[in-house]
Amino acid sequence: MSQPTLVIGNINWFRYASPQTFYPLAGAMIPWFAWAAAVLCVAGLYVGFFVAPTDQQQGEAYRIIFIHVPAAWMSMFIYVVMAFWAGVGLTFNTRLSHMMATALAPTGALFTFVALWTGALWGKPTWGTWWVWDARLTSELILLFLYFGFTALQAAIDEPRRADRAGAVLALVGVVNIPIIYYSVKWWNTLHQGASVSLTSAPTMAATMLAGMLLMALAAWMYSIAAALHRVRSIILERERGTDWVAQDLEVRP
Amino acid sequence: MSIAPTTPSLRDTPPRAGGEFSVLRTVIQRDLLLALRRRSDLATVLLFFIIVVSLFPLGVGPEPNLLRAIAPGVIWVAALLSCMLALARLFAADFADGTLEQMLLSPAPLGVIVAGKAAAHWLTSGLPLVAIGPVLALQFDLHQSLLGVLALSLLIGTPVLSLIGAIGAALTLGLRGGGVLLALLVLPLYVPVLVIGAGALDAAAAGLNALPHLLLLAALLVLAAAFTPWAIAAALRISVE
Repeated sequence: MSQPTLVIGNINWFRYASPQTFYPLAGAMIPWFAWAAAVLCVAGLYVGFFVAPTDQQQGEAYRIIFIHVPAAWMSMFIYVVMAFWAGVGLTFNTRLSHMMATALAPTGALFTFVALWTGALWGKPTWGTWWVWDARLTSELILLFLYFGFTALQAAIDEPRRADRAGAVLALVGVVNIPIIYYSVKWWNTLHQGASVSLTSAPTMAATMLAGMLLMALAAWMYSIAAALHRVRSIILERERGTDWVAQDLEVRP
Repeated sequence: MSIAPTTPSLRDTPPRAGGEFSVLRTVIQRDLLLALRRRSDLATVLLFFIIVVSLFPLGVGPEPNLLRAIAPGVIWVAALLSCMLALARLFAADFADGTLEQMLLSPAPLGVIVAGKAAAHWLTSGLPLVAIGPVLALQFDLHQSLLGVLALSLLIGTPVLSLIGAIGAALTLGLRGGGVLLALLVLPLYVPVLVIGAGALDAAAAGLNALPHLLLLAALLVLAAAFTPWAIAAALRISVE
């Protein structure tokens, strides 16, 4: 019986679907992504706080977007990635995909919380209130609940296989629901300012502001990848603790 | 791969024409019969609904204008909670006595069986709310012209709650702390139904046409009826295997 293969550039990528081969690869990749995150974050914050001009209407308070907007982007994107790995795990029955979905959830929840928190900090001086029941805020809050639900469901199930697959079904149901939730709430009430950055029209912000935001967005990407890889390594060790290779690996590096 | 002729399997028998509908009818009949044998369970959900709705005037005060304004939201939120409470026993009894495993093994498509169970759940926990909702609305001094819209929105919206909730019930089957966990999983997914259902009443109260809201609610029902049985069936297989 032949193994399934996906060969690109002389590397069989399916080889890395095995936790045993992925574990050292992830370990090798983490420093690169972590350093990239640190450098990009410093550069992005420098551009955001020292280079970008003061906003004419919002004053200095607007500078929170350099954290708020990347966090909001990541919060939604990570849920989609999580649902993607959940779907891959259900379809191909690969353990590592499920572990990746589990590893992504806390990072996604973290960014959702950061987006909500910085949004409240921005809303107080700008709108004069910590919280408004606006479509984006509300759907972001519900997104946070969806992350918590995913984590809570997996935590409540002792058997890893069932936890993986039950979480995967929930993630897929959630990802189908997110647009419906977003549009239902948007239709219900909208106060949030329209998106300033879109792919189809010219941005309505200064180039340095955009640069700072994109640098921070890249930093958030790098951080998410590094954090997810770090977490997935822990999950691999926990799940595979009975195997020989883990025992050997831990003996080499106590 | 073929099965030896000496071991005939139910899977080999060709499905009769309309077999799915007879399965659906059988499952609904069975669940309704079981529900009627245990009438107190039915009454509990209804009483919960009535109590929750009655608590709000005690909490916010008897000011009629305020009550009129919050009535749609209060009744809909109470309907969400009542439907959710009744979910816990959707699969639990069948799981405990082994009936659920037989359903999973049966040659009938599991999606049809779970659709039948969700339908029975709605008939026993959603439909009573449709009947009692307008009566409770009178407590809130809701205008009489709005009662029809309320009943209609509940009639279209509560089946969606049963269908979506069944996914959560299947996922949390047999877990410790299942009830609270179920709320965490299901209530965020109920948001669109709440928003659109209560929105229909708000629109009608403002003198607008409630039809767009009701049509959107009907669209949600069609979507849920088409897709949730698959998700429920997948979740059940994961939980029972």
